[in-house]
Amino acid sequence: MGMTLTQKILAAHAGLPEVKAGQLINAKLDIVLGNDITTPVAINEFERAGFDRVFDKEHIAIVLDHFVPNKDIKSATQSKQCREFSNKYDILNFYDVGQMGIEHALLPEKGIVTAGDCVIGADSHTCTYGALGAFSTGVGSTDMAAGMATGMAWFKVPSAIKFVLTGKFNPRVSGKDLILHIIGMIGVDGALYKSMEFTGPGVAGLTMDDRLCICNMAIEAGAKNGIFPVDEVTKAYLAGRSQRPPVFYEADPDAVYEKTIEIDLSALEPTVSYPHLPENTHVASEGKDIKIDQVVIGSCTNGRLEDMEAAYNILKGKHIAKGVRGIIIPATMAVYKECILRGWTTAFIDAGCIVSTPTCGPCLGGYMGILAAGERCVSTTNRNFVGRMGHVDSEVYLASPATAAASALTGYITDPRTV
Amino acid sequence: MNARGSVFKYPDNVDTDVIIPARHLNTQDAKELASHCMEDIDKDFVNRVQPGDIMVGGWNFGCGSSREHAPLCIKTAGIAVVIAKSFARIFYRNSINIGLPIMECPEAVDAIEAGNTVRVDFDTGVITDETNGKVFHAEPFPPFIQNIISAGGLMKAIQK
Repeated sequence: MGMTLTQKILAAHAGLPEVKAGQLINAKLDIVLGNDITTPVAINEFERAGFDRVFDKEHIAIVLDHFVPNKDIKSATQSKQCREFSNKYDILNFYDVGQMGIEHALLPEKGIVTAGDCVIGADSHTCTYGALGAFSTGVGSTDMAAGMATGMAWFKVPSAIKFVLTGKFNPRVSGKDLILHIIGMIGVDGALYKSMEFTGPGVAGLTMDDRLCICNMAIEAGAKNGIFPVDEVTKAYLAGRSQRPPVFYEADPDAVYEKTIEIDLSALEPTVSYPHLPENTHVASEGKDIKIDQVVIGSCTNGRLEDMEAAYNILKGKHIAKGVRGIIIPATMAVYKECILRGWTTAFIDAGCIVSTPTCGPCLGGYMGILAAGERCVSTTNRNFVGRMGHVDSEVYLASPATAAASALTGYITDPRTV
Repeated sequence: MNARGSVFKYPDNVDTDVIIPARHLNTQDAKELASHCMEDIDKDFVNRVQPGDIMVGGWNFGCGSSREHAPLCIKTAGIAVVIAKSFARIFYRNSINIGLPIMECPEAVDAIEAGNTVRVDFDTGVITDETNGKVFHAEPFPPFIQNIISAGGLMKAIQK
């Protein structure tokens, strides 16, 4: 029986000729990742268990991104613990303020993850790297600790749902609209424990930033991972970037899928997830009477260069509505610098927005844009749970950078094709 | 091993942001985390919970962030076992890795009401609702996962 793309990568890393859905395996890891929230818990576990060496200092990545530059004394203490651990074990891919970016934008950009990898990260959005043709999934801190010690992790081999993409996006429709549409269709546990494998002739027209955004939110459908096949777009992205040689795997032609869902990209409209679940999707044009207080453009989902460009194309030469707070957060220092070099940062400021250095900040209600009771935010982030961005009586509407920027201009949820 | 306690019941899709909001994630202190457990959907939980009590949830319990602080604060608050219709996958493996007992049993979740007294036998997977007299059987864990649990969590298992 044939294997899916995910199963092929897992079999190779488990040293097995074949794996089947449901099988429990131990697999070799190419990268073990943690951030400033999850790594301290992992360090405590690592040290409590008496380990005094990491399996490979070149295959661990520690990125301070959630609460940096530190928002308070407690988060500064957590960052300090990560810093001291990284120095002690000479962790090659340790990223501190000044070099850091939001982990899931930074690791692909720096070539720390590549095609064919098997990656775990103590952050749920680690599933992002499936865009590169890698298997990557979110785990907890104890898995990170065990991974740092042994270079191995246990997995239950997932079954898969196949998404066959056809057609092309219309203008101002992007990867974010597709993944929100899919989550609306299958629900927040529609892919629970499974892989979401994206294929079809529509894949070729998707940029790497679109693919990273789509795989990033696979977890919001409950999936173990999202994954794209390697094609010319992938190879062009990886060229001159990968720290290690990429390995290209393909799904077997006779691979078995639990379900196949076809999606015509040309039929998609700008899509918004209303509170308080990502599955609560509506087309953006339905939201024209929903008044907003804040817009956030950034995060591991939508803080990449194309996301900034989409916002720039809508905001340039205009001003956001009175009473709306516009917060723009490029996801890495490279994206941040590029926004300055291209004049986009000036355009954002002239439009009445603030531009922050990279941080997860408001996405998880950390800082840099917390909402008060009764306030509403259109955000390019990934979750709109109760209290996610602040007060339990605040509301988050998830959308693409284009929809968020258009909504900032009008002060209401707005279809970006109308501005 | 057994547990017996009174039930706190929650709906489908309980996410880790409501189990422990991110504004409290600037600490790793389990007791401090536990003092905020469930506060955004059930302010009284931390005042009412007694050691040995049982948490019951619907489908996709523990969805969202990978924060291990979520199962850790439920365990530290005194909950002996979480019974749900299904668990989000990271919460599922985090619970196994840190030693918070969990069970999947949709029929039990439908029948058990908040405040009922429930007894759980971890060895047999038998769940008994003493208040309404109904008995349910949860699927046992596969041996691979039972080995992690019986070792006392993942770190102890890999030290073997």
